[in-house]
Amino acid sequence: MSDNLGRIISTLLEGVPVTIQATLGGIALTIVLAFIAGLALLSKSRTVRVISRIYVEGFRGTSEMVQLFWLYFVLPALVGLQIVPLFAGILVLGLNHGAYGAEIVRGAVQSVPKAQYEGAVALSLGPFDRMRRVILPQAVVEMLPPFNNLFIQLLKSTALLYFISAHEITQKGEELRPALPMGDLTVIYAVELIIYLLLAIIITVVMRALERAGARRLGRKPPPRSKVFSSATAGGV
Amino acid sequence: MSEPYSSPSSDVMIQFDRVVKKFGDHVVLRELDFSVKPGEFVTLIGPSGSGKTTILRLLMTLETADDGTIQVGGEYLSHMERGGKLVPADERHLRNQRKRIGMVFQQFNLFPNMKVLQNVTEAPVRALGLSKAEAEQRARELLEMVGLSDKIDAHPMQLSGGQQQRVAIARALAMRPQVLLLDEVTSALDPELVAGVLAVLKEIARTTDITFLCVTHEMQFAQDVSDRVMMFDQGQVIEDAPPEQLFTQPAHERTRSFLHAVIDRAV
Ligand SMILES: Nc1ncnc2c1ncn2[C@@H]1O[C@H](COP(=O)(O)OP(=O)(O)OP(=O)(O)O)[C@@H](O)[C@H]1O
Ligand SMILES: [Mg+2]
Repeated sequence: MSDNLGRIISTLLEGVPVTIQATLGGIALTIVLAFIAGLALLSKSRTVRVISRIYVEGFRGTSEMVQLFWLYFVLPALVGLQIVPLFAGILVLGLNHGAYGAEIVRGAVQSVPKAQYEGAVALSLGPFDRMRRVILPQAVVEMLPPFNNLFIQLLKSTALLYFISAHEITQKGEELRPALPMGDLTVIYAVELIIYLLLAIIITVVMRALERAGARRLGRKPPPRSKVFSSATAGGV
Repeated sequence: MSEPYSSPSSDVMIQFDRVVKKFGDHVVLRELDFSVKPGEFVTLIGPSGSGKTTILRLLMTLETADDGTIQVGGEYLSHMERGGKLVPADERHLRNQRKRIGMVFQQFNLFPNMKVLQNVTEAPVRALGLSKAEAEQRARELLEMVGLSDKIDAHPMQLSGGQQQRVAIARALAMRPQVLLLDEVTSALDPELVAGVLAVLKEIARTTDITFLCVTHEMQFAQDVSDRVMMFDQGQVIEDAPPEQLFTQPAHERTRSFLHAVIDRAV
């Protein structure tokens, strides 16, 4: 075991706040964009659907890292506006995962039985109330498991922020590396993996709690607690 | 649609005027004409797949007719008059028309994200603009009438099918509809739960002036509550008579063989 374990752990933990900020900011932006783009994919207007489709395919189909470089290096050169690394990171993480999230939202809304829509029509509820009061509350419950996966992926993607020198976990690790003997490499990266794993488990625990609350609201049997760890590790690190 | 349409009249609640409905090449309604008077209880019978549900769905504006017009209470349902011409109705017109019409579905279609009370109060608050207190008062009365006062705080999924269907009936009545459409409302229920739901419907038919259009295979129920029974087949009403006459001395061969088949199935 390395003599430097204490130093490694404390240095890497210094990166945790930025990783958490980037993750939470990215998740918030992901949710907003996923709902806007996901509902737009279901719009009656063809133009709205096409615009949303371009966003979704554009961000899903291109490299997250290149997107980051565009935002952080190219855009400032073009328009002369330099973005703080953390914000650049949140923006790219949100835009990218929002594109995946849009498909989750669309699929979940479509999975609500047509009978629910018809029940709402028969009660004279207007289009807004139908969506807001009947369809979405049911669809959101379906969205939680896939969003859990997406948020864990987003957490892991925060490591990309290393390339724009945000002071998150991976960057702290790379900073530490030259100062320590080669033998400590394994320790650095092992500790990094464990930190990401722990953060991923926190996301899963929160999402599973929401899933149980959602199931209760729909009068369903809540999913069992014991699955928390199996699905956290299934997300990978 | 160039021919003149009959003018709206007040002694007719539901008026189908040469209504055509197709699904692809399959013509389900062939220039269907019929009318229902205010307060009448009319039962629609006919073979499976003949288009009974389609008729109710057209009235609920869940489908649109390919030709012809439907009037409810003297107003066009899916059309509006614009400069002396009939044009397809917009969402606002449809929503106003729907307020006068309620529907109870075979599969109940309760909202699982709302408890029983809220299922009944939601639309009166959102669509009719009732205050929450008014809507709750109305909902409690209706839930008591259908015998579910003790289930107000239950989730729909925790109720039996018969209880769910009674909530659905209360939910439809909370909108104070002029017309109530019933589509095989007991078909999805276990046999022992059917009687309770039918009893509730009988009571409503007896005590309100709501106009009913009902599709059912419960022939005894149909005979007890209906003012008229219409036999529907191949896109047309082929026989239209009071229940005692239609069930005992059907005029048409097709009605006769249909009734035989249904009654054989029932025993
Ligand atoms: N959305 C649809 N698309 C295509 N065909 C349809 C659709 N809805 C109904 N049909 C067809 O229209 C016909 C009439 O259907 P409908 O459900 O009105 O019959 P029904 O008389 O209510 O039958 P049942 O007694 O079995 O409920 C059927 O042949 C059906 O297959
Ligand atoms: Mg039917």
